[in-house]
Amino acid sequence: MRVNLTVNGQPRSDEIEPRLLLVHYLRDVAGLTGTHVGCESTLCGACTVLLDGKAVKSCTVLAAQAGGASVTTVEGLAKDGKFHPIQDGFWEEHGLQCGYCTPGMMMAAVDLLSRTTNPSEDEIRHALEGNLCRCTGYQHIIKAVQYAAEKMRAAAGR
Amino acid sequence: MFPGQFEYHRAASIKDALDLLKRYGDDAKLLSGGHSLIPMMKLRLAQPAHLIDVTKIAEMRAISESGGKIVIGAAASHDAVANSSLVRDKLGLLAEAAAAIGDVQVRNRGTIGGSLTHADPAADYPAAVLALEGEIKLERDGGARTIKAADFFLDLMTTAVQPGELLSQIAFAPIPTGTGYSYQKYPHPASGFAMVGVAALVSLDRSGKIASSRVGVTGLGAKAFRASAVEAALAGKAADAATIAAAAARTADGIDALGDIHASSEYRAELARVYARRTIQAAVARAKA
Amino acid sequence: MAVVPKFVGERIKRREDPRLISGTATYVDDVRLPDTLAAVVLRSPYPHARINSIDVAAARSAPGVVAVLTGGDLKDKVGGIPCVAPAEHIPFHPLLAQGKVRFVGESVAIVVASDAYKAQDAADLIDVDYNPLDAVSDPEKALEDGAPVLHEEFGNNLVTRALVPNPAVDEAIAKADKVIKFRIVNQRLAPVPMEPRGVLANWHQASGHLTIWTSTQIPHLLRSGLAAVLGLPENRVRVIAPEVGGGFGAKLNFYREEALVAYLSRMLGRPVKWIERRRENLAATTHGRDQITYLEVPVKKDGTVLGIKAKFICDMGAYLQLLTPAIPGFSGLMMTGCYKIPAMSFEQVMVFTNKMATDAYRGAGRPEAAYIAERTMDMVAGELGLDPVEVRRRNFIPKEAFPYATCAGLVYDSGDYNAALNKALEIVDYPKMRAEQADALKHGRYVGIGIASYVEICGLGPSVMLPPKVPGWESATVRMEPDSRVTVLTGISPHGQGQETTFAQMAADAFGIDIDDVAVVHGDTAIVQYGVGTFGSRGLSVGGAALMMSVGKVQDKLKKIASTMMEAPPDQLTFANRTVALKSDAAKSIPLQAVVDAAYGWKMPIPGMEPGLDATSVFEPAGCTFPFGTHISVVEIDPDTGVVKFLRYIAVDDCGNIISPLLVAGQVHGGIAQGIAQALYEEVVYDENGQLVTATLMDYAAPRAQMLPRYELAHTVTPSPLNPMGVKGVGEAGTIGSTPCVVNAVMDALKPLGIRHIDMPLRPEKLWRAIKDAKKA
Ligand SMILES: Cc1cc2nc3c(=O)[nH]c(=O)nc-3n(C[C@H](O)[C@H](O)[C@H](O)COP(=O)(O)OP(=O)(O)OC[C@H]3O[C@@H](n4cnc5c(N)ncnc54)[C@H](O)[C@@H]3O)c2cc1C
Ligand code: FES
Ligand code: FES
Repeated sequence: MRVNLTVNGQPRSDEIEPRLLLVHYLRDVAGLTGTHVGCESTLCGACTVLLDGKAVKSCTVLAAQAGGASVTTVEGLAKDGKFHPIQDGFWEEHGLQCGYCTPGMMMAAVDLLSRTTNPSEDEIRHALEGNLCRCTGYQHIIKAVQYAAEKMRAAAGR
Repeated sequence: MFPGQFEYHRAASIKDALDLLKRYGDDAKLLSGGHSLIPMMKLRLAQPAHLIDVTKIAEMRAISESGGKIVIGAAASHDAVANSSLVRDKLGLLAEAAAAIGDVQVRNRGTIGGSLTHADPAADYPAAVLALEGEIKLERDGGARTIKAADFFLDLMTTAVQPGELLSQIAFAPIPTGTGYSYQKYPHPASGFAMVGVAALVSLDRSGKIASSRVGVTGLGAKAFRASAVEAALAGKAADAATIAAAAARTADGIDALGDIHASSEYRAELARVYARRTIQAAVARAKA
Repeated sequence: MAVVPKFVGERIKRREDPRLISGTATYVDDVRLPDTLAAVVLRSPYPHARINSIDVAAARSAPGVVAVLTGGDLKDKVGGIPCVAPAEHIPFHPLLAQGKVRFVGESVAIVVASDAYKAQDAADLIDVDYNPLDAVSDPEKALEDGAPVLHEEFGNNLVTRALVPNPAVDEAIAKADKVIKFRIVNQRLAPVPMEPRGVLANWHQASGHLTIWTSTQIPHLLRSGLAAVLGLPENRVRVIAPEVGGGFGAKLNFYREEALVAYLSRMLGRPVKWIERRRENLAATTHGRDQITYLEVPVKKDGTVLGIKAKFICDMGAYLQLLTPAIPGFSGLMMTGCYKIPAMSFEQVMVFTNKMATDAYRGAGRPEAAYIAERTMDMVAGELGLDPVEVRRRNFIPKEAFPYATCAGLVYDSGDYNAALNKALEIVDYPKMRAEQADALKHGRYVGIGIASYVEICGLGPSVMLPPKVPGWESATVRMEPDSRVTVLTGISPHGQGQETTFAQMAADAFGIDIDDVAVVHGDTAIVQYGVGTFGSRGLSVGGAALMMSVGKVQDKLKKIASTMMEAPPDQLTFANRTVALKSDAAKSIPLQAVVDAAYGWKMPIPGMEPGLDATSVFEPAGCTFPFGTHISVVEIDPDTGVVKFLRYIAVDDCGNIISPLLVAGQVHGGIAQGIAQALYEEVVYDENGQLVTATLMDYAAPRAQMLPRYELAHTVTPSPLNPMGVKGVGEAGTIGSTPCVVNAVMDALKPLGIRHIDMPLRPEKLWRAIKDAKKA
């Protein structure tokens, strides 16, 4: 079947098998390997991308379901050669070690920051409950999100 | 962990979906958020030849108020329900249950109709939908019927939905002002599902006694249920800690509790009693406020 | 020119991060070669069964399928998976089951197709006729007469028995005021790196070269192993560890799939890729721990511990992986912890069961030891009515005693255990916290304070501590390039630890250049000299020491050349600010580039000197380092549900000198998370018939953000004398300190109820049940 969707702002049209999972579409058809697969069972969040602005686990979405939608992956975070504040936050606060969970973590964090500009530590922990990290023990990830929130608030003049 | 082959159909309307269902019969499955169905397909526990996506049907996503009822389209996502100002204002218990489901990614995809139809024994919604006495609308080719929540859940992952039927919406009477409510769950440490979840609605009379209560319980047994023994024990009594504790102690009466490595049936039953006590207490506190 | 700052000891953002946060890093599954085929492994659903027959006809003719192999196809064509640790019984470890399966998840067949979906479709068509056999999952039962035998050729399920006897322990037991006896279990855990394993193999027919990308911690050791199993010369095998998404010991191994995929690529003349699924990861990647320990501890009334006698039952699983039977030894040797216990003895019985093999998992033997030592201290305190702090102080090895030879024969390099304990007590405000605890109890609240003072082994080697084929040395090459930038080639294989940053910090400071002027290369056997790899927190203390040796050699050469140019003796020179300068007068300097130009020039300034600026070194440590610390946690138990809530978590760690505080904090955090996970949440569960219950992350409870506390970190600094940087290592410290710390806290909370010990993981149900039973009694 044919699927038309927008990935990181670029419209695409591809011939796919209906059973193709969105994560495999992104990685193998669109060639965007920044989105990782950690469990393919909706439990680790490594495959998190934004679907029409909302975080979803792309291992449990069919590419076909995403037809007509707009997908943002980690590759689409930076704008004009500048990191997104969440990327800056992860870098600045050492929010990653092996980096495998990181793209998914960042996408989940972006969803959170689109809902609230000044999340508490508890809210951040709660918002990231769909994402597993085995390296960091989460503390630096929380700081990374706080860093990004602050930076985004400053940029918005709040 | 790769689904088998199938054809994908996107239904434009309820009628369209029903036509497709009729055409493909047992070979077809409705696809809503896909967060129960796709995992089963990846494990090849489900291998439908046709998937009929209902999420692009506008009326099935809508959340609205009509005829004094709050109507939730079956394809409304958990996130949409949790954050709808209408639902939060008039159906707070449902919003609380929706917000307690899984994680944000799951809530962004999963839908109320899919959840109710899938009828996972550990799903959150059923407790709230039972307590709120939701009315579930099932459509089929050439007709529709409305079924009470109490008659909807039949057994482990089994509901009143018949082959060829589609769940289109759930209607609720708004929670009257002055009625307190609460949904609380004990999340499974690995999956996040409800090891036990209790939804309580309590209204008090002028003297502060419990005028009525409705308690829905999920996670404990093969299907979610109304804890009628608890409700009976509360009726007409003073809303004090002792009464509530005594009533909550009956939450698991007569229920064949489930068990796994994280919670045996005995422990789950105790959790149900503890969570019933806590939710009823919280509901009472809100009713008083 | 701007002043070049110092980098060591500073908060430095990691060099490796830009590629990781932009999604452009390359993990195995991101490596794309044209015409790559995908492999899917068919695995046993049975814990123990004979294979009567396998019908692959339908699979072979399924769409897109290129090859299907079963055990029969490999018989006598390839070797088995090696175990390099000594053991009485080492079974043949096939790549695909040979006539029998011995654990759930054992590989039975492999399908290669044009893509993974099609390979899975075909795998579903394979018909295996199994004859199920009785299985055994309990290691104590596996030793009983009449237990199902896994490997018939041995007649029973014994892997090996290790004895470290010492009659002094029995004497101590005879004359002690009291002998405390108990049984504790270090349950089986799954390492669960977020990137599962994965392998891509590419056989180049014309040159007879094999290139393999694999998610591993030990590319060089793996190359040796692969070459041996496949019968290839080592110089024709290239192993690349690309970006590796976590290992924790699980990737310090040589797995069936690595050899299978290589074999298939050679057979088919095309690249073949296999990516592990999480279900496979939980079933067929090594597990950790799984030790039962029976302890006898003779004590004096004042809390002095006179000895420890232990019997271990160690569950090895169905086959032996690379180091499987070597792990328990560390638990025995380290079980006296930070204490001057005069005598110890132990017996270890290692057993085959119908489960996946155990092997190294973060800490590998030392967490078990620390758990034994620290539970022992609390048991002693509990039985004698003493404060756990007092018992620890009474038994600590005093700081004057270092280097200290333990009764197990280890030599602890340096330490000041009281300092770490005191600091932790100060942070938590111990007396106040105890008062609050007592007050809480009056209100029916169960608050507990848990202390664990740990010591662990880091910087593995020296080589004598390890099996012959996994040596303890490490290598490094330092090359100053013609533009005076530095390339470091290290034999370690970091996968999250951040040595691209720490090594760059060290090299930059050594040469007075910017950190951006240093490139650190690792993980490719065709580029990097032979090395050992990353495990046992050895990256910095052993790998970094090798780096500093090579740095020193290049520095020496630069100084010699500069001395002729500056007419000053080499030992008067130093590197700063991209110059070579006089130590006594930094203003007297020449640009580093001028010296480098001379070194690469057509005419060496010193006759007979070799051109170039390149040095390779191997560091063989004289001993291990022994980092230590004290962790304190404060918890509250909800008596209605048994749920544990953290009120505080304090970690005071001493890892010697600190190169990068930010990275040290990261390592400690991650370690604590995994240690808490063992204490409270995680357990690989097989039922009594050997069926794997925790087959998915729906059942295996790896902790999420809201299941963990906020960590409060502090340090004491006791440099190690064993390496030039004075570092000790920190990769496993958090894991080792946190597990006993949390269990001690929970048990402390339940002490008023007379509860003495509950085995991990401390699931709410277990606590609820214990509280209920205690209240009934
Ligand atoms: C990681 C994870 C965690 C989760 N945690 C929780 C949790 O904590 N609590 C909880 O309650 N749930 C949880 N869920 C389940 C989640 O809420 C699912 O989304 C929900 O149960 C199913 O809804 P869906 O829209 O995804 O349904 P689908 O998967 O699309 O469909 C489920 C079933 O319903 C049928 N169906 C769908 N729509 C209709 C319709 N309109 N009419 C008739 N039949 C229909 C389908 O054919 C299918 O059989 C979790 C899921 C995942 C993957
Ligand atoms: S890969 Fe999608 S949630 Fe783990
Ligand atoms: S950084 Fe390794 S899993 Fe999160």
